[in-house]
Amino acid sequence: MDNDLSPQDKKDLDKFIKFFALKTVQVIVQARLGEKICSSSSSSPTGSDWFNLAIKDIPEVTHEAKKALAGQLPGIGRSMCVEISLKTSEGDSMELETWCLEMNEKCDKDIKVSYTVYNRLSLLLKSLLAITRVTPAYKLSRKQGHDYVILYRIYFGEVQLAGLGEGFQTVRVGLVGTPTGTITLSCAYRTNLAFMSTRQFERTGPIMGIIIDHFVERPFPNTGHMHACDYRATGEEDGVGYPGVEDSQEVCTTSFSTSPPTQCVFTVSKAHFKSPKPAVMDTLKVPMLGLSFSHQLCSSRLSYQPPMPGAADLCYPAALNSTNPHQMVLPGKEGGVPLMPPQPCHGTQAEHGRVSSCPPADPGHHLSGSPSTGEDAETLSRSGEAKTACRPEALETTFTRKVGAFVNKPSTQVTTTGLDLPFAAFAPRALNSEENDPMVHPPESPTTASPLHGSLHSQDSVDSAGQTQDDFVMVDFKPAFSKDDLLPMDLGTFYREFQNPPQLSSLSIDVSAQSMAEDLDSLPEKLAIYEKNIDEFDAFVDTLQ
Amino acid sequence: MNCRSEVLEVSVEGRQVDEAMLALLHTILLHRSTGKFHYKKEGTYSIGTVGTQDIDCDFIDFTFVRVSSEELDRAIRKAVGEFKEALSNSGSDGMGQISLEFYQKKKSRWPFSDECIPWEVWSIKVNVVNLANEQERQICREKVGEKLGEKVINIVEVISRHEYLPKMPTQSEVDNVFDTSLKDVQPYLYKITYQITDSLGTSVSTTMRRLIKDTLAL
Repeated sequence: MDNDLSPQDKKDLDKFIKFFALKTVQVIVQARLGEKICSSSSSSPTGSDWFNLAIKDIPEVTHEAKKALAGQLPGIGRSMCVEISLKTSEGDSMELETWCLEMNEKCDKDIKVSYTVYNRLSLLLKSLLAITRVTPAYKLSRKQGHDYVILYRIYFGEVQLAGLGEGFQTVRVGLVGTPTGTITLSCAYRTNLAFMSTRQFERTGPIMGIIIDHFVERPFPNTGHMHACDYRATGEEDGVGYPGVEDSQEVCTTSFSTSPPTQCVFTVSKAHFKSPKPAVMDTLKVPMLGLSFSHQLCSSRLSYQPPMPGAADLCYPAALNSTNPHQMVLPGKEGGVPLMPPQPCHGTQAEHGRVSSCPPADPGHHLSGSPSTGEDAETLSRSGEAKTACRPEALETTFTRKVGAFVNKPSTQVTTTGLDLPFAAFAPRALNSEENDPMVHPPESPTTASPLHGSLHSQDSVDSAGQTQDDFVMVDFKPAFSKDDLLPMDLGTFYREFQNPPQLSSLSIDVSAQSMAEDLDSLPEKLAIYEKNIDEFDAFVDTLQ
Repeated sequence: MNCRSEVLEVSVEGRQVDEAMLALLHTILLHRSTGKFHYKKEGTYSIGTVGTQDIDCDFIDFTFVRVSSEELDRAIRKAVGEFKEALSNSGSDGMGQISLEFYQKKKSRWPFSDECIPWEVWSIKVNVVNLANEQERQICREKVGEKLGEKVINIVEVISRHEYLPKMPTQSEVDNVFDTSLKDVQPYLYKITYQITDSLGTSVSTTMRRLIKDTLAL
C-alpha cells in the first residue's frame, strides 16, 4: 500500500489527516457553543488556514483533541469521536450525538494526495459546517445556558453509541478516499429523548411524586455558581479560554458517567413529527429558558411522595415552561432538598411542610439544593417559567413529556392535545433532559407516605378509564386555578364528572328520526290548513308593511 | 459529459420563500466556492481563505451556513427576490422552480459566442401554501425547518459523491471555470434561472433567464 505512496505524499497525507481531525473537532465544538459563528473570507492566503477555510482554533479544544489523539492518527479501527451531551443544572446528563471520524480499508490509490485529497477534505469540512447546524442538538445548544449546558468529550478508539438510546439516527457527512483508506465522517444522534432511570426500580413503593403546585411560590436560589465552575471549565459554552485543561476533561468525563437514576419516567413524545426520515429532525424545540421537563402534565399530577418523609421536600418543579400553570415537581436530590414548588403544593404535600414556606418564585432561577445534601442539588425550577407569559415557543414544542405513574417502561408518546384537559394546548412540551433525577441517593422509605398517596393514587387511577389515551395513566388531576383543599367536590372532580355528559335527548337520532317521519306525514295536512287560511296570512303580511 | 441534475422540492408559506431559497442556494454555493486563486510564476497557485457565517432564518426554525461574502449574498438575494416577486405575481397557487446551474465556458472562435456547458444543475421546486391561522404558521415554521434540514443532508450527500468537477484551470482559463468577479471568494461559474408554473400547471412564458454575472457587470 505504501509502495505507491511516496514518502512526501505519505507525510503530507498524515499531516492532512491530523489537521483535518483537529479542524473537525473545532467545527463540531464551535457549532455547539450556542452562538452564531462568523469568520471572514480573505482573498490573500495567509498560509495558516488549513483547507482554505477560516475555522478559528479554540486553544482548549485543540488541546483536548491532541490529548485524545495522543500522537496517533485516526486510522482503521481507530476512530476519533466527539461526543456531545447535555447536562442539566441538576447534574443529569444525556448524550445527544456522537460525531465519528473513521477510516476504512477501501483505498483509492490513484488519487493525488496533495491536491485532490486536500480539496476533498476541504469540501468535507464545509459539509460538516452545514450538517452541524441541522442535527437536533444544534437547536438545543443555541438555547443552552441557564437550565442546561452542552458538553463535549473527545475520545479515540472504538465508537461508543450505546449512550444514544434506542432508535438513534445516523447521518453521513461525507467520505474522502485516500491511498491509505477512506476517511468517513458521520454523526449518530439521539432521537429518543425518553429516559428511564434505573433508580426507579431500586426504590420501593410508589414512584413519582409529581406535584403540580400552582400558586405556591418557590424560592429559586441562584444556581449560577453551578454553571460557572463546571460548565465554563469545559470551555464549551462560550469558547472562553480557561486555564485548566484537566478540569475540563474531568468535567467532561464525569458528566458522562452513568447518571443516577431518576424517580421519574420521562417520555418525550413528538407531538407533531412522527418518525424523522432521512434525518434530522426531531425538532427538539426547547423553550427559551431552556429545558422544560414537562411531564405530561396535563394529566399526571401525582401527588408527590417525598422519598424521605420528614426531610425537606424533595419535590421540585419540573421544568415547566411558560404557560402551563401546572408544574411538575420532581423528586429533588437526595437528602430532601427543600424545593418549594412555585405553585401551591397539593394538600398531600402539606404534611411535609412544603407548602407553607414558599418564597416568591423567581422566574428563571433554580431551586437551590438543600445544604443537607451537600451537593449541588439544584432542582430545576421551571416554575419560574410557568409564570412567564405564554411564549410562542411553548406552543412550538414538539415534544411532550409524559410521566406515567407506576409505569415501568417508557410510556408511549402522548400528545397533550389528545388529552382533554384545560390548557392542554399550552402544556409545555419541552423535553429534555435526560435523567432528570438529580437525586443521587434513592429515597429511603417511601412507604411512610405511601398510604396517603396510595389512596390518592387508587382514587385517581379510576379516572384513567376516562382517558382517551390507553397508555397514559392519570393519577391525579389537579386543574388550574382550583384550590385544592381536599374537598370531595372540587373543580377537578366536577370536571371529571361532567366530562362526558350524556347526549341531549333532542339530539338523539331515534327521536329525530321519528319526528322527521311524523313531520313528513303531517305536511299535507298543514299545507291544507294554510291554504284555507290564506286570506288571514295575507292580511297579516299587509299589517307588517 | 452529462450534466448532473439534482432536484429538491419544498413546500413553504409565502413569507418563507426567500429564506428557504437562500438557505438552499447558499448551502450549495458554500460547497461550490473556493478562495480566490493567486497564480504564481511557476504555474502554481495558492488559494485564499473562505470564511463562513451562520444565518438564522426569521420565518423558519432553521440556521444555515453561507460563505462570508457580501457580494455573493447580494447577488443571490437579488435573484431570489426576483423569483419571489414572479411567484407572487403569478397568483396565489404559487408553484415555481429556481435553478442554480454551474457551467463552464468554452471559448469559441469569432463570430460564435462562448458556449456555456453546464456540469451541474440544482433545481429547487417551490410550492407556496397559504395558511389560515397563527397556529398553522407555527407548525409550518418547524416543519419547513425540518424539511430544509433534510434538503441540506441531501445536498451534502450529492456533494460527497465527488462526481465530476471541472479541472483546476490554468491562469488563462480560470475565467472559464470560476467566477472571478468577486473580491473575496471564487465560486464556480453559475447562473440562476427560474420558472413560474401557474395554477394550471403549465409553464408560462414568464420564464426568464438572468445572467447574474452580466447584471453585476452593469
